[in-house]
Amino acid sequence: MLLLTCPCCGVTAEETEFHNAGEAHLKRYGPGSDDADYEAYMFARKNPRGVHFERWRHAFGCGKFFHAARCTMTLEVFGTYSAQTLAPPAEIAAKIKARRPEWEGYK
Amino acid sequence: MRRYSVFAIAREAMRQHNGWDRAWASPEPKSHYDVIIVGAGGHGLATAYYLGKNFGIKNVAIIEKGWLGGGNTGRNTTIIRSNYLQDPSAAIYEKARSLYETLSQDLNYNIMFSPRGVMMLAQTESEIRGYRRTEYANTLQGVETRFIGPNEVKRLVPIMNIHGPRYPVLGALWQPRAGTARHDAVAWGYARACSDMGMDVIQNCEVTGIESVGGQVSAVVTTKGTIGTKKLAMVVAGHSGHLANMAGFRLPVESVALQAMVSEPIKPAIDVVVMANTVHGYLSQSDKGEMVIGGGADHFNNYTQRGSWMHIEETTRALVETFPMLSRLKMLRQWGGIVDMTGDRSPIISKTPLGNTFINCGWGTGGFKSIPGSGWAMAELVAKGEPGPLAQAFSLDRFREGRFIDESVAAGVAH
Repeated sequence: MLLLTCPCCGVTAEETEFHNAGEAHLKRYGPGSDDADYEAYMFARKNPRGVHFERWRHAFGCGKFFHAARCTMTLEVFGTYSAQTLAPPAEIAAKIKARRPEWEGYK
Repeated sequence: MRRYSVFAIAREAMRQHNGWDRAWASPEPKSHYDVIIVGAGGHGLATAYYLGKNFGIKNVAIIEKGWLGGGNTGRNTTIIRSNYLQDPSAAIYEKARSLYETLSQDLNYNIMFSPRGVMMLAQTESEIRGYRRTEYANTLQGVETRFIGPNEVKRLVPIMNIHGPRYPVLGALWQPRAGTARHDAVAWGYARACSDMGMDVIQNCEVTGIESVGGQVSAVVTTKGTIGTKKLAMVVAGHSGHLANMAGFRLPVESVALQAMVSEPIKPAIDVVVMANTVHGYLSQSDKGEMVIGGGADHFNNYTQRGSWMHIEETTRALVETFPMLSRLKMLRQWGGIVDMTGDRSPIISKTPLGNTFINCGWGTGGFKSIPGSGWAMAELVAKGEPGPLAQAFSLDRFREGRFIDESVAAGVAH
């Protein structure tokens, strides 16, 4: 059972209060974009073994989306941060680096 | 290889069972093969078996990181059925189910296929409509299913409470020729048959890289050295994304944990497989007497082979209200497997951007039941380089072209 802290309302709760919404920081491609780019945006996923950035929604709380950094090999949650970001913020990257020195950084 | 038979048992009984051969050999890898299959689970071994049997390609190695059948082949709830809505899925799952019927004879290995029947309960009005639609679709596809009423359900499964506290049982989609099989035996039987054909089953050998020359695969780098190959088949289920990364492409796949559990063994109480998708749990009784229980998958990416407690709670709650007699049972074991989910919940059997490299993955929660059909279709793809009629619809292009085989809408749940 994951414990997550919603950065929007500050509540820490079990995962049953939240809903996972897949990979974070997808670059969106809309009408007029290349077919391959659009397909990749819609379907291709990193699905890494290790550090994963993902979207969550505080479904049974404030209802807002946020992002989390989590390890898919151990289920360790490194931290949560605002959804209004294009890449993981420096303090989250530092926390991951402290726990996973071999991590190559966000790509 | 000595055939297993009643005479073999009698002969061995006379001499303290000293004469049994090893079921399969454990060779060191050769320097070069015609085909390398990564992953010695059910799907990988079945692919190898049908490559040899249907196409005469026998210079094949099956490479496995752990031990044979130690992934999802040994972690499922052993249900075999083919009552799918979409034509391509019904075709391949029905092919698999029909191959299962004679697999023990084909492999000369008892896989304990038990065509005991599978029922999927309809507990809401919309489920009745959905399953009637599936019944009609199955009739057109040549899959034998029937919609039955609540009295028939009660007659087949006396331990069921059809006046459930939340959802009464209004009927069920009944597939009488579906059932279960012994999952380990499927892997072992295929491995024995492959080894007998001269193929190399190489265990404890992890793939760490894939080499290519001019856009064509040339070799795989493993913990037991670099092995050359003309063709490569990746059949690694939950770890497909990881392997695809080595080959330099991405997949529309996400890996999540799916859990199951078994109870202490009890006397025979239920002789069919029941799936209750509204309350979300499914149940069958193994030949040892254990109640085999499955439920929903977690929603987040996970490689740990363990899932969240909430799903165990949800599944047991669903089954206790459907089968009140289960409420006093103790659970013996609980485990999780990593399933590879695609966007449309249908598998991928396809060529890949790397030449002479093929992938079979994305079976999600439907892997075990499809093993022979998947191997059959994959072997054809690998041998000919082009997909046959079973595999055609499951290519990777379907995501670009919007040709989804949408079983997630058809079933409404993980299945």
